[in-house]
Amino acid sequence: MTTYLAILIGCLYAAGIYMILRRSLFKVILGLVLLAHGANLLIFTAGGLKRDAQPPIIAPGQFAPTATLADPLPQALILTAIVIGFGVLAFALVLFHRAYQTFGSDDSDDLRE
Amino acid sequence: MNLLLVLPLIIPLTVAAISLAAWNRLRLQQYLAVGGTAALLIAALALVASLWHGDRIIVMQVGSWPAPYGITLVADLLSGIMVVLTGLMGLAVTIYSLSSMDRPRASFGYYPLLNLLLMGVCGAFLTGDIFNLYVWFEVMLMSSFVLLALGGEPAQLRGAIKYVTLNLISSAFFLAAVGILYGVAGTLNMADLAEKFNDEPAHAGLVTTLGMLFLIAFGIKAALFPLFFWLPASYHTPPVAISAIFAGLLTKVGVYALIRVFTLLFVFEQGFTHHLLLILAGLTMVTGVLGAAAQNEFRRILSFHIVSQIGYMVMGLAIFGLTTSPALKVLALAGSIFYIIHHIVVKTNLFLLSGVAERLGGSFDLKRLGGLYKNYPGVSLLFLIPALSLAGVPPLSGFFAKLALVQAALATQHYAIVAIALVVGLLTMFSMTKIWAEAFWKAAPADGAPAEGAPVKKGPQAAPLIQSAPSVRRLLVPIGALAAITIMIGLAAEPIFELTVRAAEQLVNREQYIRAVKGTAP
Repeated sequence: MTTYLAILIGCLYAAGIYMILRRSLFKVILGLVLLAHGANLLIFTAGGLKRDAQPPIIAPGQFAPTATLADPLPQALILTAIVIGFGVLAFALVLFHRAYQTFGSDDSDDLRE
Repeated sequence: MNLLLVLPLIIPLTVAAISLAAWNRLRLQQYLAVGGTAALLIAALALVASLWHGDRIIVMQVGSWPAPYGITLVADLLSGIMVVLTGLMGLAVTIYSLSSMDRPRASFGYYPLLNLLLMGVCGAFLTGDIFNLYVWFEVMLMSSFVLLALGGEPAQLRGAIKYVTLNLISSAFFLAAVGILYGVAGTLNMADLAEKFNDEPAHAGLVTTLGMLFLIAFGIKAALFPLFFWLPASYHTPPVAISAIFAGLLTKVGVYALIRVFTLLFVFEQGFTHHLLLILAGLTMVTGVLGAAAQNEFRRILSFHIVSQIGYMVMGLAIFGLTTSPALKVLALAGSIFYIIHHIVVKTNLFLLSGVAERLGGSFDLKRLGGLYKNYPGVSLLFLIPALSLAGVPPLSGFFAKLALVQAALATQHYAIVAIALVVGLLTMFSMTKIWAEAFWKAAPADGAPAEGAPVKKGPQAAPLIQSAPSVRRLLVPIGALAAITIMIGLAAEPIFELTVRAAEQLVNREQYIRAVKGTAP
């Protein structure tokens, strides 16, 4: 599973960076989205994947977990990162749209002074 | 005690929240912004005083979760100094904005955004958790994105697109590094990480690679060579007050983060990491100053000089890692911290002055400016103080900052970086004299159309824009205050140097930080 995810993350990064290097501003945005997803998935994978893991809840009457537990922290980090990424990308989208309206082109070469 | 630690976050947040609620009442927002930044400065000074007298590190476990589990706020002297500078620049720029910010921008959320920016910057300085650092970076970036694009002029949009894209890439790298770091170490608390990385950590190669990822992420924010291109492309586009606060604070947050991780976390393979930092520092200095030499626009020259100056700050950090003597480690870091103090004050001031020159001369273009000295000798002298300080002329602040760094480099026998530092200082002088000669010294240009909005000149020798002089007077208040501080740092170099030495000692003495956060001996 980790191997597949690692390959997927690699693909997301490669596609993201390729898109960012394109001249079209819209593709730059898509590239940023892919890069953010890649990073989130990377946290998820690097945090440790476990099969058959239980949620980290300790049964009543016990003081230590009995089963293998899934680490909830990477998911908390990803959730934070998704929320932040959503806000930032929404702003970037509006900014790039405004630039498109102002310059009448979404080719970054046309942005030159 | 702990209140001092959260005040720098609460004050700007409160001001921003009330300002947002009072959206239509600009006057109230202005009062709040001035009062809030002044309160921030006072709270920060109290924090440093408390740190100084106790010679300790103030820690707060947010929500009372013990150290490695919850989020920790930590203030050592370096954080304290940075928060003081944030408050000072916030106050200076707010006062400057009162009479320089145009009404559409001011009434469209400028003051709340400025305060949110200050909150993000303070948060980055005060956090002891590396994921929390990412969150504060994003708070700061988000405000800076909007501030940069506020107004939506074509030049601003051009600059903002580059700035936003590059900074988002940097954030993605930062996030990825944090994720892998958690996978490797199982913790994100910086003190806990420092303890785990104390000697050779388990996956030393992987951890050093992570260090490089952080170097890229923070290097983009700090505008290190070769990651600085967004800075000169964007900093000259927004209104002067905004570029001044960016120039003073934002890249320094990146430098602060570099200092934090490369003194606390990634210190077990310094022969590689800090040597790389030294090479980058030298290249940053040279490319920055050469870039400045090619420019003819007031704020672009200053932007390239930010890049070059970042090199000096990183140089101290690099030398810290390349020597084994604790005294030299302290000297090198103290030099870096002194340089940051000096740089923030001087650079913000120079940007503010570029705005005054633009008001008086009608342009940022050095070719169109001229005759300022003849007509406004006072303003010109005010320019000379930060300009000469930037170049490192004694007895101004820049001289002592460079002196400490050069001493540390000489003592550790890194002669190449000494040569680079001194030559770059000379070239900085060249740039500053270029601005002086073009904007202040030479006669006002007779030919060429005057810039838009500037009154028509009567002749080559006619005093330009005398009538607009009073409007500049209020802009000169923060500039004069910052110039006075520059002189004061120069004259009172010894006590301030002592402060930076104490801050550097805390950084070198990692056990103190770990013990303060975790409450136990490592």
